[in-house]
Amino acid sequence: MPRPGTDAQPLRVAIVGAGPTGYYAADALLRKEGVVVEVDLYDRLPTPYGLVRLGVAPDHQKIKSVTAAFDKVAASSRFRFFGNVEFGKDVTLADLRAHYHQILYSTGAQTDRRMGIPGEDLTGSHPATEFVAWYNAHPDYRDSEFDLSVERAAVVGVGNVAVDVARILSRTPEELARTDIADHALAALSRSRIREVYLLGRRGPAQAAFTNPEIKELGELEGADVEVRPEEVELDPLSRAAVEQRQDRATRKKVEILQGYARARPAGKPRKLVVRFLVSPVELVGDATGRVVKMRLVRNELSATQTGALQPRATDRFEELPVGLVFRSVGYRGVPLPGVPFNESWGVILNVKGRVLDPDTKRPVVGEYTAGWIKRGPTGVIGTNKPDAAETVECMFEDLAQGAVLQPSHPTAAAAEALVRQRKPTFFSYADWLRLNEIEVSRGRAQGRPRVKFASVEGMLAALGR
Amino acid sequence: MDIARILATKGDTAVTARPDQSIRDGLALLARHNIGALIVVDAAGAPIGILSERDIVREAARNEAVFTRRVGDLMTRDVITGQPHDDLAAVAYTMTDKRIRHLPVMEKGKLVGIVSIGDILKAQRDHYRGEADTLQAMILDPEPGSGR
Repeated sequence: MPRPGTDAQPLRVAIVGAGPTGYYAADALLRKEGVVVEVDLYDRLPTPYGLVRLGVAPDHQKIKSVTAAFDKVAASSRFRFFGNVEFGKDVTLADLRAHYHQILYSTGAQTDRRMGIPGEDLTGSHPATEFVAWYNAHPDYRDSEFDLSVERAAVVGVGNVAVDVARILSRTPEELARTDIADHALAALSRSRIREVYLLGRRGPAQAAFTNPEIKELGELEGADVEVRPEEVELDPLSRAAVEQRQDRATRKKVEILQGYARARPAGKPRKLVVRFLVSPVELVGDATGRVVKMRLVRNELSATQTGALQPRATDRFEELPVGLVFRSVGYRGVPLPGVPFNESWGVILNVKGRVLDPDTKRPVVGEYTAGWIKRGPTGVIGTNKPDAAETVECMFEDLAQGAVLQPSHPTAAAAEALVRQRKPTFFSYADWLRLNEIEVSRGRAQGRPRVKFASVEGMLAALGR
Repeated sequence: MDIARILATKGDTAVTARPDQSIRDGLALLARHNIGALIVVDAAGAPIGILSERDIVREAARNEAVFTRRVGDLMTRDVITGQPHDDLAAVAYTMTDKRIRHLPVMEKGKLVGIVSIGDILKAQRDHYRGEADTLQAMILDPEPGSGR
């Protein structure tokens, strides 16, 4: 059999997951000189872009402009999108093996890590990602409910997601109404009675994962004053030494911004956003009905590991924080895919440089690859997935050159489309998505918003007259 | 970012040797796995040292019989180890500062992987590239938020 990658027999690749990594991988595959590649990009949702649409905060539209580059990739005649088609349900691994030479998984990190403390499952305690998916109109989360009638909310964690959640909780209805936040979230947040929002970091300001623009943005909120305790942003000797040794200007700046907040006098805005450091929740306490009413915190101090990394160590000092709503944002994990080897320790697909490994032999599984957060874990910005996807694609072409690809029985674009049409008649093509996008944008234009999102698959289908 | 993210794309094992193995065996392992260091473990699998290509080169420069020496004779003891949640920045500084090229990573007393200075450089490079690329996409887009 001739090696695939020619006009007569293109290399057929299925990518599972249409987030940024899926596009970066498709781009690297389609750009390869001397090899004819056809890419089918699958997603379980009708809409592409993954977390750019459903994770990036609605008041950060500028970041979403990266989708222009994705649409350019999709314009290739050798690229197709099969949206609303779920791997493992609508199409199986066996189906893909029968239709493609190579399969790449880029499904991201879809679950929250748990805090592992008593009371974590009380009513009013949620994963931060559930709130994010809800305000971004993810169809699976449109019916989620959050009790915004309470006075205080706490967000556990100081990463980008935690800051997004705290900021959205602190925005005024007018600020939110200018964004593409889900209509149901805009309505609920406009009635919010939350007065105080707490961001809780287990380490100090120098170790916080949020970026300087993000922490600066908090000081520009129309309806909330930022409050920071002076003693919590005074650097401990270990942190100070680390910043100085490494001449870490970004961290020095971060601490300065926070110290500025500690000195500032509140402007009397209706809400308060409190950023705390060196505290960890040890228990959520509920009332008789099982609703969270307060949180017990332990004060931490920092100690250095052998490599000089600073880790928190609990002291014997505790405090209580009355809160009616808790969001945990303490890390993310990938979700295993049916039939795909998983590395439980790191919460990723078992892989070397993106080649999926057989757990028993530790040898690569022919034809299966991974990229993005499900390959390395949730880290970096959107663009970090580009070099990551490029590394995987390089492995894919190396293996092709060795002849180590699947031997599909139906290696044609027509056969794959027939399969999808049969399994999921309501699949979305890229043309379908572009039409839906135009409808969303024009609905937004009427309200002075970037777009008004559809929050249900039925609504999306109806909008296209299907 | 922590160094667990580096280990995530390196499979789930570190290549190990026993102290009583010969240097010839050790070299064969280095060559077969295309790596620069072996973690030396005792009978219970606990790390007791690290054998790097440098350790072997140093001995070879003065001893023709280097191949028959034992791994345990040439290995470096008192090895600095990392933890999966150590920050990349801290590890990068310490490895550069102390001239460490291979860092065994331990979790709850168990060896869970090895991070090389090359891994660290690659992770930092990809991090900076990613940031630059994301910023570029934001700056160059003529119509932010149009979704197109």
